[in-house]
Amino acid sequence: MTDERVERGAIVSGIGMSRIGRKTGISDVELTVESAKAAIADAGLSASDIDGIATIGDTPIAVAAEQLGLSPDWTGGSMGHYGLLTPVVDAFQAVGSRTARHVLVYRTVNMMGGEAIQERSDGTQMEVPPAMRDITRILTMHAYSAPNWLAMHLRRHMHLYGTTREQIGWLAINSRRNAALNPSAAYRDPITMEDYLSARMISEPLGLLDCDVPVDGSIAVVVSRPEHAGACEHPVRVDAVGGSDGAGGWDQRPDYPKMASADAAREMWHATDLRPTDVDLAELYDGFTYLTMAWLEALGFCADGESGPFLEGGSRIALDGELPLNTYGGQLSAGRMHGYWVLHEACLQLRGEAGERQVPGMPEVAVVSNGGGPIAGCMLLTR
Amino acid sequence: MTVVAARIIPPLDDDNREFWTGGATGQLRLPFCATCSRWIFPPLLRCPDCSGPAVYAPVSGKGRVFTYTVNHHPFNPEVPVPYVIAIVELAEQEGLRFTTDIVSCPVDSVTIDMPVRVVFEQQADVFVPLFEPDPEA
Repeated sequence: MTDERVERGAIVSGIGMSRIGRKTGISDVELTVESAKAAIADAGLSASDIDGIATIGDTPIAVAAEQLGLSPDWTGGSMGHYGLLTPVVDAFQAVGSRTARHVLVYRTVNMMGGEAIQERSDGTQMEVPPAMRDITRILTMHAYSAPNWLAMHLRRHMHLYGTTREQIGWLAINSRRNAALNPSAAYRDPITMEDYLSARMISEPLGLLDCDVPVDGSIAVVVSRPEHAGACEHPVRVDAVGGSDGAGGWDQRPDYPKMASADAAREMWHATDLRPTDVDLAELYDGFTYLTMAWLEALGFCADGESGPFLEGGSRIALDGELPLNTYGGQLSAGRMHGYWVLHEACLQLRGEAGERQVPGMPEVAVVSNGGGPIAGCMLLTR
Repeated sequence: MTVVAARIIPPLDDDNREFWTGGATGQLRLPFCATCSRWIFPPLLRCPDCSGPAVYAPVSGKGRVFTYTVNHHPFNPEVPVPYVIAIVELAEQEGLRFTTDIVSCPVDSVTIDMPVRVVFEQQADVFVPLFEPDPEA
């Protein structure tokens, strides 16, 4: 049977990461150049091989292209159907449709704050995606930040299913445990359940350790055509993608406290023969803990409402557990690379190159997810 | 005198104006589609189901707390913490709900399903619908 999904079979041929840290003072351009050069070299390519660039956020494409000596024929990236992963999926589709051969995708962040509507360095405001247009009336209610909106989801989840903070705390503890094995992670000292429960409240029931850690850094990948796999040392293949933008906004979904992640996951599973039981590791977005819980349920790793018991005790999600989760330390402990560290780590694990934190038994299938609220994207990657 | 912190007010248009200004007469008002017999939120003058016209009418202003959070972080230093943000579901219709604040009660007294009634906080021409515990419920 002919597979008509254009993204399937695209490969991630290279990955790269800049220095990552808190308040580094390093410019976004310098960080972008670091990660991009590393990814291109990792793919076994040179700058002249790159004919496409996609990104979202800091460091405009024109600036990156000039700094790296690239002259792309194809460019892409904005907040679209796949949320923050849209530039990556755009790149899959560009190589799949033979619009480009090798696309550099990068994501650079400079200690983004927690506000909903960001100001750019030139003082203009970032365009609010259509799916986020309900934000203004929510801001009216002094509900200024994602932890406010997600805390309400979590409170409803606790009410419906009896979920406890003691269950959720295992997400934070697991992330910190994994971050200890990741030299690039922002926070590496172990934490206990008591630390989690006693951390200062941000927006009940979300405390400080339910929130991710802002960092400076850049992560890049090179996306190439399937036929490049033979020439590539460690190709990671795209099996399926899913996305969702907009349905129900922040407070209107009939199935609240579900979020767009439910729709994105459904779209992804429709596009593959793989099942949740085939997944060897999960790198799930954790800007705030509740987002990860929503992904666990959306992706079918547990039933609706059962993410609390799924996390309890932390053994199921440990590196040697049945579903190793956020193996690099997550945004909760490693740092907020805004959805791209999950992609980098999934590739590293599938390549068997994750060092001390390598998931045992040569994992073959990884799921990567990004976002929540009204915008979400996810993908299945295979070795 | 209590200083009321300024709120970000959404741009008013024909669809949402009565929702944000109805409080001037003490009424919470929402568009209603007579054909589908349903209230519409976010406010639209065209029914999302039948595309027919919707007409503003008053609702009871009573509802229940669907979910809530006690915010402790001073995201806006002008708003004293802690305070309660909630989604309130109105009595008129299942799923008819929006994000608001719960006021006039201790922050730790709010629970899911708690009966509440609308009160308005004036900000220039706009009357922001907030909710307080409903003593008649």
